[in-house]
Amino acid sequence: MTFINYASREINCKIVYYGPGLCGKTTNLQYIFDSTAPQARGKLISLATETDRTLFFDFMPLELGTVRGFKTRFHLYTVPGQVFYDASRKLILKGVDGVVFVADSQEERMDANIESLYNLEENLRSQGYDLNKIPYVLQLNKRDLGNVVPVEDLAAELQRKGEPVVEAVASTGTGVFDTLKAVAKQVLTELRKG
Amino acid sequence: MADTPILLREQQYHQLKAVLARLRMDATAKVVFLVDKDGQEIASLGEVGNLDTTSLASLAAGNVAATGGMAQLIGEKEFPTLSHEGEKESIHISVIGRLLLVVVFDERSSLGLVKLRSKQVSQQLASMFDEITSGDYDDLDSPFAGITDEDIDSLFS
Repeated sequence: MTFINYASREINCKIVYYGPGLCGKTTNLQYIFDSTAPQARGKLISLATETDRTLFFDFMPLELGTVRGFKTRFHLYTVPGQVFYDASRKLILKGVDGVVFVADSQEERMDANIESLYNLEENLRSQGYDLNKIPYVLQLNKRDLGNVVPVEDLAAELQRKGEPVVEAVASTGTGVFDTLKAVAKQVLTELRKG
Repeated sequence: MADTPILLREQQYHQLKAVLARLRMDATAKVVFLVDKDGQEIASLGEVGNLDTTSLASLAAGNVAATGGMAQLIGEKEFPTLSHEGEKESIHISVIGRLLLVVVFDERSSLGLVKLRSKQVSQQLASMFDEITSGDYDDLDSPFAGITDEDIDSLFS
């Protein structure tokens, strides 16, 4: 939920990166963290298992700049992708302003993508949101791997409402900021509508 | 279909801070802050120094959300307070409707005192926040009302 503080002249919005296990959600945040000036971002908090799998969420505040005298800050979250952490995923979607679905482009992960996307729709619904009405971007990650599904096929299967589709290689940063920009732009446009 | 934004007027912000200041003094706390259940920091007060209040706010909300989930699994609505006691520093969190009141304290205070003082201001904070979320904001100029696509693009340049 967007929070506008007229005293400190700040606007805070919440963006959640969603997707199946090992699709690269945390890698997106890690790349943004590594390539952003320290004064523009806070700490990257990762609540992860000992094997670096996300246990609850990753969190990072990112300041994008000033709009009409208001500091614009995005709180970026990831969810744990593994199927059995569904209760945690629901909690993290509370108060969301925009969602990025990170799809794993590898052929063998197609079913996991579809399952995770259904799960997203269902969990959004349970929190009172509708995927068709919320700012949303589809990122096709891992495009550098050999066994990837063609973009058109992935889009045909996963695109829900004509949302922006961004090809990405999160580990090298390709498409990471394009994705963030696409979702942030929709969030700000929603705010303009009031 | 995102939720309606929370708009906090300057005067309301200072009123909230005044309540936090009194609580901080009465509870002999180091830092007191208010967080929305979604993890947004609303106001903080005290020896903030190098404390990363943004991360703390997000983690406090995550903590309350997780224990709230556990509460529901065992048939409780929620756990209204959470306490974490460390060797020197401790944290007490009270759930007040959609608000979380987070008090950080050390050996100069005690959990009992913090609990008591937090409870004493809960009702007041709850009604102040109700006023904030149900208020009429037509007179406030939205910073986004006249925003252009170029303004948005400039954030990423």
